[in-house]
Amino acid sequence: MAVLTTGSPTRAQGGSEIPDLHRSRARRRRRRADTVAAYLFLTPQLVGLAVFMVGPLLFALVLAFYHWDGFGTRSFAGLSNFGDVLSDPRIRHSAINTLWFTVLQVPGLLLTGFFFAVLMQRAGKLTPVYRLAFFAPVVTSSVAVAAIWLWLFNPDISPVNHALSAIGLPTPNWLQDARFVIPAFAIVGIWQGLGYQLVMFMAGLQSIDRSFVEAAELDGCSEWQKLRHVTVPLLSPTILFLSITGIIGSFQVFDYIYVFFGSTAPDASRTIVYEVVQIAFGEFDFGQASALAFLLFLALLVVTGCQLAAQKRWVHYTE
Amino acid sequence: MSTFSDTNRRAVKAAKAPSGSGRPAHHKLLLHAILLVGAVAMALPFAWMLFSSFKPLGEIFIQPPKLFPEQWNLEGYRTALSGADFVRGFCNSTYIAVTITVVSLLTSAMAAYAFARIDFRGRRGLFMVFLATMMVPGQLTIIPLYLIMGWLGWVDTHTALIVPPALFNAFGVFLLRQYIRGIPLELEEAAQLDGASRIRTFVTIILPLLRTPLTALGIFTFLGQWNNFFTPLIFLNSSDKFTLPLLVNQFKGQYTSDWPALMAATTLLAAPILILFAVAQRQIVEGIALSGSKS
Repeated sequence: MAVLTTGSPTRAQGGSEIPDLHRSRARRRRRRADTVAAYLFLTPQLVGLAVFMVGPLLFALVLAFYHWDGFGTRSFAGLSNFGDVLSDPRIRHSAINTLWFTVLQVPGLLLTGFFFAVLMQRAGKLTPVYRLAFFAPVVTSSVAVAAIWLWLFNPDISPVNHALSAIGLPTPNWLQDARFVIPAFAIVGIWQGLGYQLVMFMAGLQSIDRSFVEAAELDGCSEWQKLRHVTVPLLSPTILFLSITGIIGSFQVFDYIYVFFGSTAPDASRTIVYEVVQIAFGEFDFGQASALAFLLFLALLVVTGCQLAAQKRWVHYTE
Repeated sequence: MSTFSDTNRRAVKAAKAPSGSGRPAHHKLLLHAILLVGAVAMALPFAWMLFSSFKPLGEIFIQPPKLFPEQWNLEGYRTALSGADFVRGFCNSTYIAVTITVVSLLTSAMAAYAFARIDFRGRRGLFMVFLATMMVPGQLTIIPLYLIMGWLGWVDTHTALIVPPALFNAFGVFLLRQYIRGIPLELEEAAQLDGASRIRTFVTIILPLLRTPLTALGIFTFLGQWNNFFTPLIFLNSSDKFTLPLLVNQFKGQYTSDWPALMAATTLLAAPILILFAVAQRQIVEGIALSGSKS
């Protein structure tokens, strides 16, 4: 947390012949002038913070306790929005879908990202060429990505299914089959997110002190042992960072589903954020949507908190 | 938190200097074979998109599917360009993303300078508030924001998309503050002894030294906004104001089974950024690696 401390820069104090009283008054005056200057520099972002972040956050908290469609009369709802959300079987189903997606996507991303990063480390001059291919989906609009996969998942024309059947594997109707729709999202998510994981893992690998690896080599460790006992522990800060951001991102998956299904996604494919959008902007039940969004926020805080609390057991910092 | 920013900084270094180590030749061959298969698998969906956009509609349904068109044909692009105003969408997207990027870089740098260099009342607490907001998911604030935009009369305007991210960018403030704190204080003190005001110090000394992080943050902000689907989807209704992703999504709904036209539209959406990426790969990878902790 070192970066969070706001250490004040040391300032050269001139004019030591001035009496103490004067100096402290001068200092106070300067501090006041500094405060004014600081708030001038901060004004645009402070307006933004108040109007577009803190204000809406408080407003959302109030909304969560009301029944309101945004136009008609507002009525106090107490905890009933939260109760409705928690007891709605469709929303529970969507929460399970979201978790299932996360369980598939996050380890999938970490494993493929790590695997290709280890290989790419040794690719020499060709690294930028490979990186171009792996990273291209990262910069591509999620709408374009979903449109491409809409085609690749279509059972009638899909080259993917054709390839699967050619090697004797089952050819699911990816987006219409309740068992395959969430794995299909995870495939798209991994395809699009892999490049980012790869670059972050390569950065972590780059920073590993060669002497650790050389020591392991002197001890006669195999490639696998080096990977398992030297590389992975030294990469644990990167793994922690990517798993935290990966889970946060997976909990918020929305774009693919909306491009695939529009506003009529079947139950098997709906996620929490999709429900929030549908409840708010389809049913205009802003109270219930806010309550659900708050529960999502809480879930994210709890999961991230648990990951940070558990890091002592497995994350190694070398600095 | 410190490890997070270290990770990002290392990512930037790694992007700059790809390294290889000497290994036996057959190892190398296997290594490149696996990487090549991986890279081709990653590129194939783009290839299907591109080549299918040039197929006549009938060729889409040929079994087994073929990657390359037998007959090259621009019908898909003709349908796409007459079915939706993609030029306008492109202009809207670019205008929105560029405006947000320029204004938010300036406001973030100003706030970052205050947090890094000026000792004022409330600094620590305020900075904590900025950091804490990074945890808030956008889906939570979008609902009240939509109502606020309604009261401001900004629903279905580009203003609704531009103003919030231009005026508030907690991650940008955080990132730039870290950089400013790394700049030696002597440079500013010399200027201040010469009687330069804070604003002058900021403009003539700090801003030029922030070129690297500003470029990275700028790329990250621009790409994030250009590709943004969620916010325009909520705030915009009229298709003449649509951004390119929204327009392609709408087109998809109208031309469900005209695959060449849909793939042509998708190519029009993906190609500008992919070309930009091919030209400036290193800078873009660095930018995203540096700024990636909030995506």
